[in-house]
Amino acid sequence: MLEVEGLVCRYGKVAAVQDLSITVARGELVSLIGTNGAGKTTTLKAISGILPPAAGRIVFEGEDITRASARRILQLGIAHCPEGRRVFPYMTVRENLEMGCFLRSDAAGISEDMDRLFARFPVLAERRDQAAGTLSGGEQQMLAISRALMSRPKLVLFDEPSLGLAPNIVERTFEIVKEIREQGVTVVMVEQNAFAALELSDRAYVLEQGRVTLSGTGRQLLDDPSVQQAYLGT
Amino acid sequence: MTNRILSLAWVAFLISIPFWMEDLYYLHVLIVTGIFIIAAMSLNLLLGYTGQLSLGHVAFFGIGAYVSSLVSLGFEIHVLPNTTVSLDPKPVWFAMLVAVIFSGLCGWFIGRVSFKVRGAYFVIVTVSFAEVVRLVSLNWMELTQGPMALNNIPYLTLGIPEVFEVEFIGKVPCYYLVLAVAVFTYVVIRRLVQSRAGRAMIALRENEPLASSVGVDVTRVLVLATIVSAGLAGLAGALYAHYVRIVDPDVFLFIYTVTMVIMVITGGKGTLAGPIVGGLVFGIFPEVLRGFQVQPEIQWITYGVLMILIVYFLPAGIVPAIRSLLPRRLVEGGDGSVEPNATAEARS
Repeated sequence: MLEVEGLVCRYGKVAAVQDLSITVARGELVSLIGTNGAGKTTTLKAISGILPPAAGRIVFEGEDITRASARRILQLGIAHCPEGRRVFPYMTVRENLEMGCFLRSDAAGISEDMDRLFARFPVLAERRDQAAGTLSGGEQQMLAISRALMSRPKLVLFDEPSLGLAPNIVERTFEIVKEIREQGVTVVMVEQNAFAALELSDRAYVLEQGRVTLSGTGRQLLDDPSVQQAYLGT
Repeated sequence: MTNRILSLAWVAFLISIPFWMEDLYYLHVLIVTGIFIIAAMSLNLLLGYTGQLSLGHVAFFGIGAYVSSLVSLGFEIHVLPNTTVSLDPKPVWFAMLVAVIFSGLCGWFIGRVSFKVRGAYFVIVTVSFAEVVRLVSLNWMELTQGPMALNNIPYLTLGIPEVFEVEFIGKVPCYYLVLAVAVFTYVVIRRLVQSRAGRAMIALRENEPLASSVGVDVTRVLVLATIVSAGLAGLAGALYAHYVRIVDPDVFLFIYTVTMVIMVITGGKGTLAGPIVGGLVFGIFPEVLRGFQVQPEIQWITYGVLMILIVYFLPAGIVPAIRSLLPRRLVEGGDGSVEPNATAEARS
């Protein structure tokens, strides 16, 4: 479904990603793990078109999207859930969801999707007219995920979905990611919480200094001694 | 609904003013304040809704004033030794239209060159742009008469010649003209802000990386906002030119930009009514002091103190502060405005 080949991304002269190649098959949940500065977030940005790559090729469903605009990539079906501040704080919950389908114009489908998400996350329905900045961290994360789903994506890129959340919310977030995948949406996830990510993933890539150093199924990597030592702290 | 009635009541009140305001001097103050409010509303579109500070906004205002004057007066300039470019005088309404379009084009140009790198760079580009245009207006004697100023600028007439014509000369007609243009500007900005493009502006002000990740073309939206903002500022400048009927390079002074910024910030940036309230306060306040025979130095000091007090105690501006006191159903303005305690966090 998604093929990244020989990707190079630079910030000025500094290469954040060097010759990185990954593939993702339809319906898979693939994680990218690694330390800070390994190039995980940069890779996601390159895939979603926010950061134009310096070299390499990105192909999504047979179409070369290496130089495509962020809008085009979103229209093709790749939604990006960026890290950090996840919502538009002074817009209401509903307006946040509306921003998620900024490029869609089918009013009927939009309200249908919104009703479905409200049914799935009742807490968002209760607070639909509340400013998103007043929600708790976990609620904001649900909103961010819902917003990404509003574009009816085929592939969702999650950047650090567990960052800064309380432990029980982290668990809930991973459950939601799993549910999304069970509904047939392909997921690529970047995660610091390597243990949880590997348990959840079909496959994973370990990134170091902008390169893939290891890859395999989630299980294989969990059992790999070097991964255990470097990322799992055992 | 309540909002609509309130706005209509407001407009009705403003229409009634010339009927009971006998002192023409106060009408003059209101006209000039009104022109500045139009300029401040245009600045608010950039500063309040997209979060970009244009510190050279007076450039668009002055360009509007000069272009409208020159087109209505006509000009003849020598570009090359044997080439002259000349223009015969055109009707004022046409000149004003040209002024709006020309200012909009300048906005497009500034937007294109500066929004690749936003924030501080945009501020610098706009300040420099305003200074460059000021120097051009000062030194291109042949076109602008430099410090001698453009005089005898014609006033606006509307209608069919020799059948029915309205001449916008004198205080009362000009007052209504400015009022009509102000309402027009308000409606344009309101519609823009409530449109998809307006949502996109607010989204990128609140969280730019997120906005681009949901498919907002950030540069395009910012350039659009700058074009509309510059065009409306140019319209305000054109109104000014045909009201005072003399334009000199001082229309480009930095202090006018500062005045607009003060109006927007104290009134409440990112609210539709903010620049109007801020403009009324800071346009009329100095005159009130004058009415009490306060010395000019004291007037300016009071002006400064008032400004500091407002910014200190009402950091989001007057309009959001009033809103927070009203019951919620009254304030559903739908203008994407920031809540009262919001600004501090929004900056972080």
